[in-house]
Amino acid sequence: MRAIGVEAAGVTKRFGAFTALDDVSLKVRPGTVHALLGENGAGKSTFVKCLLGYYRADSGDFVIGDRQEAIAQPQDADRLGLGMVYQHFTLVPSMSAAENLVMARADVPRVIAWKAERKRLGEFMSRMPFKIPLDIALGMLAAGERQKAEILKQLYLQRRVIVLDEPTSTLTPQEAEDVLNLMRELATSGELTIIIITHKLKEVMAFADEVTVLRRGRMAGGGKVGELTAIDMTTMMIGAAHEPGTLTRSGDPEAAARLTIRDLRSLGDHGRAGLDIAALDVRPHEILGIAGVSGNGQRELMEVLGGQRPPTGGEIRVADRSYHARRNEMHALGVRLLPEEPLRNACAPGMSVIANLNLRTFDRTDNGARRFWLDRRRMAERGRTMIEMFGIRTPSPDAPIGALSGGNVQRSVLARELDGDVEVLIVANPCFGLDVKAVAEIRARIVAARNAGTAMLLISADLDELLELSDRIVVMCEGKIVYETPGTGADAHEIGRHMAGHA
Amino acid sequence: MTSVSLPRELAVPARAAESGRDRTYWLRKRLESAIIPLFALLIAAAAFSVFLICLGKWPSDFFALVWRGAFGSAFSLQNTLLRAAPLLLTALCVALPAQLGLVVIGGEGAVVLGGLAAAAVAPLVAGLPPAAVQILMGLAGCAVGAAWIGLVGLMRARRGLNETIVSLLMAYIAIAIFNHLVEGPLRDPASLNKPSTRDIGEINMLGHLPGTDVHPGLLIGILACVLFYILIYRTSFGFAARVTGGNLRAAQLQGLPVAGLIIIACALGGACAGLAGTIEVAAVHGKANASLAAGYGYAGILIAFLARQNPLAIIPMSLLLGGITAAGGIVQRRMGLPDATMLVLQGMIFISILASQTLYGRITWFQPRKSA
Repeated sequence: MRAIGVEAAGVTKRFGAFTALDDVSLKVRPGTVHALLGENGAGKSTFVKCLLGYYRADSGDFVIGDRQEAIAQPQDADRLGLGMVYQHFTLVPSMSAAENLVMARADVPRVIAWKAERKRLGEFMSRMPFKIPLDIALGMLAAGERQKAEILKQLYLQRRVIVLDEPTSTLTPQEAEDVLNLMRELATSGELTIIIITHKLKEVMAFADEVTVLRRGRMAGGGKVGELTAIDMTTMMIGAAHEPGTLTRSGDPEAAARLTIRDLRSLGDHGRAGLDIAALDVRPHEILGIAGVSGNGQRELMEVLGGQRPPTGGEIRVADRSYHARRNEMHALGVRLLPEEPLRNACAPGMSVIANLNLRTFDRTDNGARRFWLDRRRMAERGRTMIEMFGIRTPSPDAPIGALSGGNVQRSVLARELDGDVEVLIVANPCFGLDVKAVAEIRARIVAARNAGTAMLLISADLDELLELSDRIVVMCEGKIVYETPGTGADAHEIGRHMAGHA
Repeated sequence: MTSVSLPRELAVPARAAESGRDRTYWLRKRLESAIIPLFALLIAAAAFSVFLICLGKWPSDFFALVWRGAFGSAFSLQNTLLRAAPLLLTALCVALPAQLGLVVIGGEGAVVLGGLAAAAVAPLVAGLPPAAVQILMGLAGCAVGAAWIGLVGLMRARRGLNETIVSLLMAYIAIAIFNHLVEGPLRDPASLNKPSTRDIGEINMLGHLPGTDVHPGLLIGILACVLFYILIYRTSFGFAARVTGGNLRAAQLQGLPVAGLIIIACALGGACAGLAGTIEVAAVHGKANASLAAGYGYAGILIAFLARQNPLAIIPMSLLLGGITAAGGIVQRRMGLPDATMLVLQGMIFISILASQTLYGRITWFQPRKSA
């Protein structure tokens, strides 16, 4: 058996006065899949960073295989056969998979004999359960393929333990299932030991042998997955029994559409298909979910609706008035947008929390008229109210928003965009990378907006989220709408088939 | 109406212990932006001292002389102020577009063309009262400067051309146009050795502030710095510009007219540089000639970066740089130092201040404190 075990004993890591990890001990048996479960800030990342040598634990020991090892730097972890697949892509997007793989080796020769390398790569790939094109720049591939390339890289480097950080957040359900099944097989066959960092209980239940739950830097529990229920694990994660899925949609969608899209076209990036939407209607009291593999036009749609990308044809109407994503129209028609990665798309990271909470209203008086002078007192007052109402945790209202955690940035943007009269709300991946508590809260707020009469377009890569929230689901593939189904009773596999383009 | 009301249990108020506990953060944030540049100046002075010691000179002599030559007497202070005046305005030509994240380095072009426009307008309206002539000269200078740098903004906003390169190349074009016009169509036949435009007339000159040799351009510059500070930090235009500079995508998502903001900010900056040229003509030279291309536009870049693009900070930084230039003569004469010494000092200050930018956000004491 190539796989080796990992054992941690009493690992503690402090940052200044803050204790990120407090006496964490866990044991991963060789050839198993071990899930590391916990909310954001629970210390999961800190733990694996200590394991991989990016941080140095203040106290505690690691046993890798059957020897105690001091892991002081990433090279040590490398030498011991420990590798990590990050949530964010780490391969060079402008280089091909072949180049990326060869370059990742510790012993890259000064002159690379490509012929021999290609032959070896070919043999390696033939042993792999999934394939990726070797010669295309990785940046041109879809997210799922890039994720596979990241995993292939770890296999190519002949790791004996692989840590996967939220590995399925960018994949289709089928792809995610594929990847996790593959990891399972590799573990069961004794090739690898796998540690998965995740928020998704479903994945833990389906694919992990054992689980360790962290809460606020401490061990909150764990054990064999077969002996625990979902409720047990949730309880360990958040410290109290947590009822999933108590969202109720009330009020039926109205008959007349509020947001209508006709023949909308745009260019795509990097040779990807642009938008080509024949017709899309969203009605008040309705959440229209858009499913699809990332890179099939969802981002382009969000950008066109948000004024970040000019359409090349077609028309968007809101409440029967033409809409071009101008500020006046957004105010008059009550159009709000919550893009994915809010810090990158919807905030000025260097400006204060207060300033960011006022991005939508700084140039308006309370009754909507334009104003030239800023009312800084009113801005601070509005900001403080939102901070309190939405429980945004910030050291100071004047702190730059870039210093806040992901969940608190998302809360801030939500607070800003849900304030006042919301006629149309366009949301993309609102819960990406957030912890269970934040996810529940944000979904509840989204449903509350829908129940109040907002017409909502929800673009999400998480099919479970769409099935839970949507009144109606459509599937986007290569920029087109290829399938439509009511939300209640929708068949996830049928949706998946259309997502993959096998209709 | 679709006002969103939230289920009660969802409105989770943050406990006071968790949010907004750091009450002195605003003060420390301001201290950060004062202490770091001062520290950088100290480092630059220390490095320059080493340079002086290598030349066999005493740093203490040097800094004492700089003080005397820049601020030590009424005469030297006035000299400093005279040199600082155009820098205030040319630095604004960099600092205004910088709010939108643009690096415009071609202010020199707007300075020479603005000055030329002012000098060309004066003879056409010679019959009017001096105040009217001066106002028309100012308007002409501002308009030409605004158009010139506004064009840079237009190319950036509409065609995505790199504003840094475009503005620099356009400065060369501007100087070529300037030379062509001053040596050709607009040349005063009486200017033999140094081609110039016709004199604007003694009566139309700006004169001096009462009791000094300093021209009113200094006050105009300071006023402009204060006005633009207010524009940037107290108006919705400035807020929109800062959001655009902070994150272009977020600004687009809020429907802000990004292209318009870019063009306007560039045009306002260009107007400042054009006004600097006008003032040089109307207060110093009395005509437009090669003396106008004295590098004020380029020195403005230096000052804007020293001031971290804050219009109010431009005022002390202009005085500092004006003082160093003013003291150059006396230092060279008294200490027998080579001509380029003052440039070495300027360079050290510039590099030190630029390097200090990496300190922002790094010193824990200045950062917002999370409650433990």
